[in-house]
Amino acid sequence: MPEVLVRARGLTKQFGGFTAVDGIDFDLYRGEAFGFLGPNGAGKSSTMRMIGCVSPPSGGQLTILDSDPVRDGPAIRARLGVVPQEDTLDVELTVRENLLVYGRYFGLPKKVIRERADALLEFVQLTDRAHDKVEPLSGGMKRRLTIARSLINEPDILLLDEPSTGLDPQARHVVWDRLYGLKQRGVTLILTTHYMDEAEQLCDRLVVMDHATIVAAGTPRELIETYSTPEVLELRFTPDCHEQGAGKLRDLYPERIEATADRVMLYVSDGDEALKRVRGLGLEPSSSFARRSTLEDVFLHLTGRRLID
Amino acid sequence: MTIRALAYWLTVYKRTWRASIWSSFLGPLLYLGAMGFGLGSLVNAHGTAQLGGVTYLQFVGPAILAVQAMQTGIMESTYPVFGSVKWNKTYYAAQATPLTPAGIFRGHLLFNAARITMNSAVYLIVMWAFGAARSPWVILGLPAATLLGLAFAAPTAAWAMTLKSEASFNYLFRFGMIPLMLFSATFFPLSRLPGWLRLVAYATPLWHGVALCRGLSLGTLTAGSAVIHVGYLAILAGIGVWAGGVTYRRRLYV
Repeated sequence: MPEVLVRARGLTKQFGGFTAVDGIDFDLYRGEAFGFLGPNGAGKSSTMRMIGCVSPPSGGQLTILDSDPVRDGPAIRARLGVVPQEDTLDVELTVRENLLVYGRYFGLPKKVIRERADALLEFVQLTDRAHDKVEPLSGGMKRRLTIARSLINEPDILLLDEPSTGLDPQARHVVWDRLYGLKQRGVTLILTTHYMDEAEQLCDRLVVMDHATIVAAGTPRELIETYSTPEVLELRFTPDCHEQGAGKLRDLYPERIEATADRVMLYVSDGDEALKRVRGLGLEPSSSFARRSTLEDVFLHLTGRRLID
Repeated sequence: MTIRALAYWLTVYKRTWRASIWSSFLGPLLYLGAMGFGLGSLVNAHGTAQLGGVTYLQFVGPAILAVQAMQTGIMESTYPVFGSVKWNKTYYAAQATPLTPAGIFRGHLLFNAARITMNSAVYLIVMWAFGAARSPWVILGLPAATLLGLAFAAPTAAWAMTLKSEASFNYLFRFGMIPLMLFSATFFPLSRLPGWLRLVAYATPLWHGVALCRGLSLGTLTAGSAVIHVGYLAILAGIGVWAGGVTYRRRLYV
């Protein structure tokens, strides 16, 4: 059994009368990439702040690196790396200076900090910007610098709160590439995200949070197997046939159908076979598309399609 | 922890000192020139018995030392503190490391103290060069001004951490800093004020700072009044340090 780095039992966080995290249980093992998935306001960031020892739990048990986060906060934080949701870089300093001052916060010798800073800048591909100010850097560069900064103390656990939110697709892929590289090196990652592709690419195990609780847990594959079907058949009808078509299909697949304004989705084991049966009912969709189930299907199934602001 | 947080501010200052140097040194010099020489020539022509027989420059010079220490202390604890939690969020970056809220606070305060000392030292040199100091005791104006600055900086930083918006700073400047500067025996002796207002002035920290700096510069400070002034300012600074520990923790550890 691998070593447990974080253990939560009945972990709760309240702000006044509002419950942000409502009695969640989870274990984090050394070397894995563990994800918290959930819509905005589900309690992911509050959980991350408690793990980061910058927010005291309101109830339940939380053990991090065999220590109590309330009593031993500074000692635990010395062994964590944190990539916050919003950049907290000092934009008036240079790229390299940001790493140097951050290393000093950990009380590391200057020589060690300088060596690590240079290696980390290489790792996040910012060596040629080392002596530039942070302010004009792109969002992706700032995020990579934040990742480099979080590694200056060679942390046992790296916490990433929505690491690629707000980045363009190219920048996101570079960030994922770097995080994947860290995973290969054996760094333990905890991340929150609402991007399903990010979760599928990076996470060995994940939990889905909604309304302050954990509603599902497992590997991406397990979650898809448990909460979705192997395939999804997406159908579009011409507008005048949409209602009628959806109605008929509901008789055919009463449990496994989801109709949105412009599409009907059938959750099935075999998409091609299902399409034949649809045609057998005398329905002719204007377009059809059979695909494998993804985490997004799981996510929408578990947390609903309502809009969360 | 405090030293690690201080190291950050020193690194930032290495980058930004050029921009701050003019405002922090030049402002007090302009006051000294305008008040000490400009207004002073008028005052001196009418006799300075009410000032204790010293020239107006010698009267007002040490008071401006105290005023600039107060201004530096307040300014460095308003926008830089608020911005660290609201704009560039560097306090949050520090809080994710072994630093504690109290360490972050004290490191920043220590940096502010260094700024107050530096500004005061430069001002003291100019003051001495202009002949505004009468006694060698004026050298003790440096720690006195630093203590005075801290007596303002610590409570201001503690308060700044409780704010949601920076608009409140204007109240402090307009209704706190400016009236204190005008009515703390800075530009005229308190004997010119009506009795009740004099009592108010005695209770304010800047008056104690002005009295301390002036007493040192003129060489008229008695041990008894020195203890009262220093004690008052030290207690105020102490309360500010305690309060900052509380408000920083409330803001950064929730």
